[in-house]
Amino acid sequence: MTKINLSRRGFIKVTGLAGSGLVLGFHWAGCTPVRPAEAAKVVLEPNAYIKILSDGMVTLMSPVPEIGQGIKTAIPMIIAEELDVSWDNVIIEQAPLAPDLYVRQSAGGSQAVRQLWTTVRTAGAAGRRMLMEAAAREWKVPVAELTTSEGIINHGKSGNSIGYGDIASKANDIEVPEEVTLKDPGNFKIIGTSKKNVDVRDIVEGKPLFGMDMKKEGTVIAMITHPPAFGMKPKSVDDSAARAIPGIKDVFTITVFPEDIETRWSGNNAFPELVVVTGESTWNVMKAKKALKIEWETVTPGENTEDHMKQMESQISGKMTAPDRIDGDPKAAFRKAVKVIERTYSAPFLPHNTMEPMNFYAHVTGDKIELEGPTQTPQRLRDITAQIMGIPEENITVNILRAGGGFGRRLYGHYGVEAAVISKRINAPVHLIYTREDDMTQGTYRPDYRVRYKAGIDANNNLVALTVSGTGTNGGPVASNRFPAGALDHYAAKNYSLKSNISTGAWRAPRSNFIAGAEQSFLDEVAEACGKNPMDFRLELLERAKNDPVGEKNDYDPDRFIALLNLIKEKCEWGNKVEGVHRGISAYYCHNSYIAQVIDIEMKDNKPVIKKAWCAVDCGIVINLDGAKNQVEGGIMDGIGHALYGNITFKDGVVDQKNFDTYRLIRHGEGPEAVETYFIDNDIDPTGLGEPALPPVAGALANALYRATGKRLYHQPYILELEGREINLG
Amino acid sequence: MASISLKVNGKVYQIEAEDDIPLLWALRDHVGLVGTKYGCGIAQCGSCTVLVGGVATRSCMMPAKSLGEAEIITIEGLAENGGKALQDAWVEHDTPQCGYCQAGQIISAAGLLKSNPNPTDEEIDTAMRGNICRCGSYVRIKAAIKTAIKKGGVVA
Ligand code: FES
Ligand code: FES
Repeated sequence: MTKINLSRRGFIKVTGLAGSGLVLGFHWAGCTPVRPAEAAKVVLEPNAYIKILSDGMVTLMSPVPEIGQGIKTAIPMIIAEELDVSWDNVIIEQAPLAPDLYVRQSAGGSQAVRQLWTTVRTAGAAGRRMLMEAAAREWKVPVAELTTSEGIINHGKSGNSIGYGDIASKANDIEVPEEVTLKDPGNFKIIGTSKKNVDVRDIVEGKPLFGMDMKKEGTVIAMITHPPAFGMKPKSVDDSAARAIPGIKDVFTITVFPEDIETRWSGNNAFPELVVVTGESTWNVMKAKKALKIEWETVTPGENTEDHMKQMESQISGKMTAPDRIDGDPKAAFRKAVKVIERTYSAPFLPHNTMEPMNFYAHVTGDKIELEGPTQTPQRLRDITAQIMGIPEENITVNILRAGGGFGRRLYGHYGVEAAVISKRINAPVHLIYTREDDMTQGTYRPDYRVRYKAGIDANNNLVALTVSGTGTNGGPVASNRFPAGALDHYAAKNYSLKSNISTGAWRAPRSNFIAGAEQSFLDEVAEACGKNPMDFRLELLERAKNDPVGEKNDYDPDRFIALLNLIKEKCEWGNKVEGVHRGISAYYCHNSYIAQVIDIEMKDNKPVIKKAWCAVDCGIVINLDGAKNQVEGGIMDGIGHALYGNITFKDGVVDQKNFDTYRLIRHGEGPEAVETYFIDNDIDPTGLGEPALPPVAGALANALYRATGKRLYHQPYILELEGREINLG
Repeated sequence: MASISLKVNGKVYQIEAEDDIPLLWALRDHVGLVGTKYGCGIAQCGSCTVLVGGVATRSCMMPAKSLGEAEIITIEGLAENGGKALQDAWVEHDTPQCGYCQAGQIISAAGLLKSNPNPTDEEIDTAMRGNICRCGSYVRIKAAIKTAIKKGGVVA
């Protein structure tokens, strides 16, 4: 049991009946539909996360943006657990931005569950405690004699019992407890079970949930046109044809982000000037946008994919100076080595391609702004809108809507600020919508990367030295303190960075999404050169890191890694060779979670077919079991798809791929037919799962493809290498 | 501008819109049914799929004017038009992640089961290939389709 002192946590107790009234727009957690609109009254709000209703139902607020990671279900599960209510009696509401009430309302870095864990448990436990104190006072018995079970308070001695909804009205003057006792994980009833996505019924019935679906009276549709190439800006606009289209209201140019405002926010401010069309309906604005005749001018030269790879190659092929980390003397070790293997890996830019394109609603009236839409960082959106518009933050509301995908793209809410700027200019509520083409060519890409690994093997077939140098646009991918650092006497790592006018941003599991695949492919090849089984090879290195670690800064726990590999080894029956099945393994640690994966490939008509993926996960305590599996399955599909097909290329600053006819995403029948996921059972505080299942899969895939086809893969998208169409650097 | 008549989920709607408006935008902006989604606008992602005369059709490139009397079913009308088992199966498998693509996925599955009540795995893959799920929920989508078939499939 954990005791938490509340005074430090700054809980807001909403006293009295503040905020009471009808609860509208709720969703049933248990998916049993239809509750009459004359819903029960809110009787008690012990804190900002909980509303107890007169009929015993409980509204739980979900503070974090939902982007498909399942957080809108997971966080309320944690609160419900500690509050001790039945999941069937829970209604879930998305909270708007309210930094005074909630901690960290942002979806990024797979950190929401990890960082909210103690806070929301405490919120639930405090609510439970206050209701118990009210019942104890009512019955004139010590609170210690009371127990709770699924929303009912019981007094064993007297046989008294009362529901939360009935006692709530008597708890309004109960103080927020100084201290609460959290449940022992062994007693969890909700955490660790499977609860369905709280919006699933609405999703399958096509209810309006997304920013794209919101229709408000008088809203004007706006679209932007950004330059066709990075490095360009508009010079002149001929809008006569566009304006002639019926329903078009206005055409104008906006400059949203002056140079000195956090340039990262707009994806390095690649396109400060945008041409805007506004009108009555989406289709006529789309048509007008096409009818614009814009002359562009070059500010900085347009770049090319092949030049990028050449520049990156020259960065990583020189002598490594001033490494980010060095252990032992790799140079001397390589000289003594019997075998030296050196390999280069690369990957292209990737767009996020959330299925729902960027869009946001804004309504500026005087010195007030209403913002609504899909964002991963509502607070940052508000801060920057306040700065840009010169309007105090407290006058800006941000309503967070379910996002049709995030993957990091909606960390950069420039489109929300753009909507506000347009709304002010035309003095009307605005829904700004990006077309798929606007979205895919806008930038904020996962950087292109290149990395060189070098390994030295001694006469006993042991890996004795390893170096890695990597680079990428706006920052390299190497995490110098991760495995195999710590397992090798001689090791060095170094990151370089390439400057570019192409904008980059965080993309599901930044850096790891590339380096994990490269590292795990390389280790597989090294294991083979050592004549070792790739599973045993990894375990041997981890044993070394555990028993006799090199360096102090290793950022992983070898014990957890070893347990993970042993789990997947057992589950996929690693030692059992099945005729015709080719296996690849990989394991990686990032975002505080450990993932091991095995991919099984069979050859059919001379073509590799991905049959199955196995995954072992250590993310500490699992909150929503099936939701967690869903994240793992998605991460695996996503990782395979992007490693095989994902490719954004440039010619003179112009993106070659503008829509799904030329940009290939993985489709039905192209990924594994089945995914089996297993979790390490432990009581460690939970860590994130939105990102970590993605990075290692590229390695498992490449290693399995090697065994199936005899071809090692080094450069993504792998499909080009498999088909012999990779870029030749000359 | 044109006056276009559309028969959607059993109801007739009379709308005033551009001559060349695609069914997708007619549904979303004029009829007021937003369950059908925009994803690409060029018939490549399947988010905008609706049933036209029982056939899964990409509404983003289908001129609304060309539809005449054709019976259009969108995700909002699927339950009353034989698709409830599919929606229930989607819930049972907790299929969606972000959920944005799922209306299109369900409608494509409905179109498949209407013409082929017992598809093989390969037939499912082929019929569904036009529907992208960026979140990668393909394994669950297939499982949900199979469950729906077991529970009665799509009632024509
Ligand atoms: S929006 Fe019609 S297929 Fe993509
Ligand atoms: S569930 Fe997100 S795109 Fe399919």
